[in-house]
Amino acid sequence: MSAGPREALGHPVRAARFAADEARAHWHDQALWFVREKRDRAAALVPDWERLRDAAAAIRAHTQGRLAAYLEEFERNAIARGAVVHWARDAAEHNDIVHRILSGHGVRRVAKSKSMLTEECGLNPFLEARGIEVVDTDLGERIVQLAGEPPSHIIFPAIHRKREEIGELFHAKLGTPAGLADPKALTEAARVHLRERFMSADAGMTGVNFAVAETGGIVVCTNEGNADMGTHLPRLHVASMGVEKVVPRLADLAVFLRLLARSATGQPVTTYTSHFHGPIDGGELHVVVVDNGRSEILADAEARRSLTCIRCGACMNTCPVFRRSGGYSYEYVVPGPIGALLAASRDPRAHASLPFASTLCGSCDDVCPVKVDLHHELLLRRRDLARAAILPRSKRLSMSLLGWILAHRATYEAAGRILRLLLRRLPRAILYGAWNVWGRRRELPEPPAESFRETWRRTRGAGHG
Amino acid sequence: MRVALFVPCYVDQLWPRVGLATVSVLERLGVEVVFPDEQTCCGQPLANAGFADAAAPLARRFLEIFSGFDAVVCPSGSCTSMVRNHYDPFLAGRPGFETLKRGTYELCEFLVDVLGVKALDGRFPHRVGLHQSCHGLRELGLGTPSELLLPRSNKVGGLLSSLSGIELVPLARADECCGFGGTFAVAEEAVSCLMGKDRLADHARAGAEVVTGTDVSCLMHLDGLARREQVPLRFLHVAELLSEALS
Repeated sequence: MSAGPREALGHPVRAARFAADEARAHWHDQALWFVREKRDRAAALVPDWERLRDAAAAIRAHTQGRLAAYLEEFERNAIARGAVVHWARDAAEHNDIVHRILSGHGVRRVAKSKSMLTEECGLNPFLEARGIEVVDTDLGERIVQLAGEPPSHIIFPAIHRKREEIGELFHAKLGTPAGLADPKALTEAARVHLRERFMSADAGMTGVNFAVAETGGIVVCTNEGNADMGTHLPRLHVASMGVEKVVPRLADLAVFLRLLARSATGQPVTTYTSHFHGPIDGGELHVVVVDNGRSEILADAEARRSLTCIRCGACMNTCPVFRRSGGYSYEYVVPGPIGALLAASRDPRAHASLPFASTLCGSCDDVCPVKVDLHHELLLRRRDLARAAILPRSKRLSMSLLGWILAHRATYEAAGRILRLLLRRLPRAILYGAWNVWGRRRELPEPPAESFRETWRRTRGAGHG
Repeated sequence: MRVALFVPCYVDQLWPRVGLATVSVLERLGVEVVFPDEQTCCGQPLANAGFADAAAPLARRFLEIFSGFDAVVCPSGSCTSMVRNHYDPFLAGRPGFETLKRGTYELCEFLVDVLGVKALDGRFPHRVGLHQSCHGLRELGLGTPSELLLPRSNKVGGLLSSLSGIELVPLARADECCGFGGTFAVAEEAVSCLMGKDRLADHARAGAEVVTGTDVSCLMHLDGLARREQVPLRFLHVAELLSEALS
């Protein structure tokens, strides 16, 4: 684990900013809860949904255990189909490889469909600094790209934006009429705008949802058909994938594709499931396989399950904290519970507050299509942060003190008596002073005169000590 | 049957009436209750804050204090889950640990699974909203979480609905977290309170007069918000509700 910079503000501050606009936080919560409910209904229509999740988790675990072999099998078969396979150790290598391919073909404009990996690698600014225009062609991605923002959600990149705001953005950037906020009209405007970009792109880039070892094919799921639009016209297709995207057999897709769309959006299947087996006639297909820290997570037995994630976003939609704090509060390319895990594995110091951005309610575990035990892993990341002495010293000291008090019954009782006395006796102005974070929006409990054990001893006459 | 009562530290200090109600429910059902006086805390506040190493001595202490009973019963799903699901790293392999783990129950779970109670002969003529605390629901399996596509069950709801006169009100979000979350309630105060307020609104919209649940921690948070916002809801731990209904 690298020891990067310390986190500047932390999730609580960023989350509080988002939550301060209560109406907006409420709207964000409702929008995502709607997706969660849609997911519930879609999952309910699949007989043996829970067995499907078991199967997916088992395939993922199996694949992880033989990852190198499956990746090599994928490479062999992809090459046999005419693709060129590249290996990138980290984000910098990935960006260099992609840039080399593109500049070697004199590419000026790339039409890119959704890829969280290229976000992770910071590919867009890298290419743009070298004179290559990247057009994100997923509608949500295009919106945040036009706004100069990162995605706030891995499935709904612009979920934090209200339609009126998108109308304003399109008015400024695409010349739509002022005040236009009808989603259909805005989508149509984006479509016309993107059509022109598709036509003039010199290369298409995509992410990879699944890479099939057995066939050497890659699978990309979109709802807008933009992966196909972006890759069918130009002769050059560059696909970036993390090492964890490989599945052993074509038949395994039957498990994952059924889970993915239902978990992500509540659809029975994504509108377009595009299979690429080698380049189009006269074209080139390059697959860039990226590690970028994944091997380190894989080597950590307690963290590796987070790598089985299929990026459906269900944990975000169900997370009561995410819904009320927004994707940006995580300040990591992947937000939400899974993002908190990945971020804390990658750079615990820079993301120290993320494992605490959870009530450990466990809802994420239960929606996860590949059964990542997210809330338990968040707890383990907390433990790692404490052991690495990354948590604030004040917290360490207060927790040690609390531990000591709780380990000594008489001290614990004395502390309890003092606490109850203070709660009863202190004037409200002091009790609810600035120090009392609990009491900002909540009343404190009304303290009883006697603890349970005091009453018990008095009434049951049991001695102690 | 002789059971040891495990009263979570904050219940002992701040909500003794919940401990007393637990005793009254158990004794009414013919259970002999012992309160091991040396008990303090299961260590969950430390472990959940990341300080697992500081929690380890409390786990060892717990095993020592609570060994040798027919069962350990606790009026908290979260603290019960600490023992059952989170003590392994501290106590695995120690004599008596497996027995303790298997024999530690949340109150309603104990009534249903051990005593075999199917219905209670009590009366509670009120509209009640059931707050399903997360650890009881998802870690102990007191019910089927809404996320899982499995046959529906609900141990707490089952006991409550057996009371005469009670009306369990349907919530829009049956098992969303209230936002307490231990230190989360303070560390992430803004989001915590927003979550709590949304739960209150759900119960109020459903027409609840009383909100009940297995964990005082969640209820303390909701009650604190409700009193500040002057939401006219009454909060009763399920032991208090059952004790009131049975008397």
